[in-house]
Amino acid sequence: MSDATLAPAAGKPPKRAVMIYSRYERFWHWSQALLIFILTFSGFGLHGTHGLLPFEVAVNLHTTAALVLIALWAFTTFWHFTTGQWKQYLPQLSGLPAVIRFYAWGILTGAPHPYSKTLRRKQNALQSLAYLLFMVMIGPALWSSGIVYLTYPWWSHWAIGTIGLPAVAFIHTAAAFLMITFVVIHVYMTTTGKTVTHYVKTMITGYDSVELTAAEVAFLEEEKSDLLKK
Amino acid sequence: MLRGVPIRALWALLIAFAFAGPAPAAESAGPAAIAAEKSKAAKTSTADHTKFKALEGPFASGPEVTKACLTCHTEASHQVMQSIHWKWDTISPTTGKRLGKTRTMNSFCGSPLSNEPRCTSCHAGYGWTDARQPPPNEPSNVDCLACHDKTGTYKKIPTDAGHPAYVERKVGDKMVPPPDLAKVARSVGAPGRENCGACHFNGGGGDAVKHGDLDTSLIKPSKELDVHMGVDGQNMTCATCHTFNAHIQSGSRYATRSIDTHGKDLPKDDHDRATCESCHGAEPHKVSKLNDHTDRVACQTCHIPEFARGGVATKTLWDWSTAGKKDANGKPIFIKDDHGHLKYSAEKGDFAYGENVRPAYKWYNGTIEQVNVDDKLDGRIEPNGILTLNRLMGDATDPKARIWPFKEMKGKQPFDPELKTLLVNHVFGKDDSAFWTNFDLPKAIKFGMEYAGLPWSGKIDFIETRMYWPITHMVAPKDKALNCAECHSRDGRLAGITGVYLPGRDHFSWLDLLGYAAFGLTILGIAAHGTARLVMRKKTTGAH
Ligand code: HEM
Repeated sequence: MSDATLAPAAGKPPKRAVMIYSRYERFWHWSQALLIFILTFSGFGLHGTHGLLPFEVAVNLHTTAALVLIALWAFTTFWHFTTGQWKQYLPQLSGLPAVIRFYAWGILTGAPHPYSKTLRRKQNALQSLAYLLFMVMIGPALWSSGIVYLTYPWWSHWAIGTIGLPAVAFIHTAAAFLMITFVVIHVYMTTTGKTVTHYVKTMITGYDSVELTAAEVAFLEEEKSDLLKK
Repeated sequence: MLRGVPIRALWALLIAFAFAGPAPAAESAGPAAIAAEKSKAAKTSTADHTKFKALEGPFASGPEVTKACLTCHTEASHQVMQSIHWKWDTISPTTGKRLGKTRTMNSFCGSPLSNEPRCTSCHAGYGWTDARQPPPNEPSNVDCLACHDKTGTYKKIPTDAGHPAYVERKVGDKMVPPPDLAKVARSVGAPGRENCGACHFNGGGGDAVKHGDLDTSLIKPSKELDVHMGVDGQNMTCATCHTFNAHIQSGSRYATRSIDTHGKDLPKDDHDRATCESCHGAEPHKVSKLNDHTDRVACQTCHIPEFARGGVATKTLWDWSTAGKKDANGKPIFIKDDHGHLKYSAEKGDFAYGENVRPAYKWYNGTIEQVNVDDKLDGRIEPNGILTLNRLMGDATDPKARIWPFKEMKGKQPFDPELKTLLVNHVFGKDDSAFWTNFDLPKAIKFGMEYAGLPWSGKIDFIETRMYWPITHMVAPKDKALNCAECHSRDGRLAGITGVYLPGRDHFSWLDLLGYAAFGLTILGIAAHGTARLVMRKKTTGAH
């Protein structure tokens, strides 16, 4: 896709505060965050990493949160396809080196971000690649192994004497480690905006200042004025 | 001992007693007295035994009572004589090996052979004085009263091959009056806890010695101690679960049903109810996650958190190797511990006891491979030198095996280091070879082995043994059942169970290491990056 542009050229129109995360996206994001926190806490509790929850509480919490998360993901996947938002996750490898260079060095020296948000492209190249990894690898590895784990009593008869359950537990635990590692990086990255809390605020309010083309401004003002912050 | 004493002489003595002293009531009671005996059973039963002519007595001996019983219950003796209570001899349905008390070795007194009149005091009959032979094959030798007495006065004398006292006798330090056999005969009813308990609570020669989950505290237990038998609850008897079909009991250690897929007995009653599933079914829990366990974990494992909970300690160790010590005056030594339990006995060696004992847990498919008295021990002794007298079969790969709780009995007992067999110890008897009279082990063993007709090299060594007693009684109320973390934790109760992945207990240590390292390094990286950002920002702003 070509809408994502590199460093803003001089003479571009000023940025406008636009609603870029719809109410559903924000709901989805924060409830997923909460569920993943609960799942991590209960999952590593029953795994034996910490002893803050009695085992049965951890299992019940984990199972309930997992089922809710699966439902949320199923619905969100559906939403992504009906709204076309899935395209946000298509990786753009060409822009990747610049973004990586920025986070490794440029951000320290105060260089401008090589990406700027546009209405159609909310994520930078690294971001979309990371989220893609999350959505096609870590997430599915967790929910698929989790469902197999959960339904163990249904297939346990066939698994007697096999490595069935240990294998499932292995995949699930490995994916859980990837997940928590992803989450801390993700959380840290949210502090790299204009201010430390800028991105978090955006995900709460839904508004961010985005460069709009003249056509976009005209379209929004005409058709979708509720998306523009007055 | 009764051997050689003519019954008639005893009878004469008894009559003499009856007329001479404060009568032990051996003569027949008057009709009024009999009517007053009306047994409780008469309330529900269609037969009132106080009204039977045949039971008016007097009876001079146990067998005489049995003859009277048989006048109506014509098949009773034939049925009993098919049972393990009578035969002490059985074939394992799974291994085909011939087992039973007369053959298998235990870690208590070893073998009944050569010690019969003592050990056969728990035989369901009278006068079995030679266990190399089957019990005496006379229908009148079946002991009806041991199981059916309801007066509580009928007791088999410990040393008389199954007979009760017929005259006043000294047992231990106490004088025991003879029971009024006619009164006992008229009292009969369904076996109660005292009846079964007389033998099963006292196995191994005393209260609670053997099983750990069977002792006299179960005669009048609270439901806290045993949720089924509690007098303040269900008030069940042993036979409520151990149902009998033609005098053959259900439930046996030699043929355990480790898992009962038949499930609930009712409405199709097979009168075979000695498993939990017989009444509770295979999915008894309201919380379905718990039902997910019943295929691999025996009910007992969670529901009997500890055994020997009734205030009576069970023996957990019996070390024969130290037996026979005498003091300076040549008197055998006996030492009691702070709780009044014998911790050393010259007759038996060193003991240890346990109360509220946490069971040992093992996979178990119901088959016990038992060491018999004539078995070679080659290949059975583990590398650490320990011999398991009853190997529990089954492991995680066996769908019939479940994780069961056991009392682990530790022993050290005489064995022949050359011929590699266990040795028969002749402990009891009024002869000059019995260990408990002479404290001369080689002599006692020589006698025992010759008696058993088994070869002995003449050498005696001691081998450490283990014996596993399935724990299945003293089921606690459900709120006392184990919680998950008792097993689902790193060093939980099932730490020794192999072949299954237990969430919370198991993990892949290198995966965890890798995972924690990746997570930790990421955080470190973030910290470094964040600090660099902060420092650089200060610099750049400072430069302005
Ligand atoms: C998305 C759907 C998920 C499902 C269906 C699921 C399901 C399960 C199940 C059934 C167990 C075994 C619990 C038991 O013993 O009963 C489990 C364990 C675990 N879960 Fe999840 N889970 C999910 C997501 C997550 C997430 C997001 C995390 C953390 C990032 C996580 C971390 C863990 C961990 C660490 C264990 C312990 C593994 C072990 O020690 O064997 N799970 N999960």
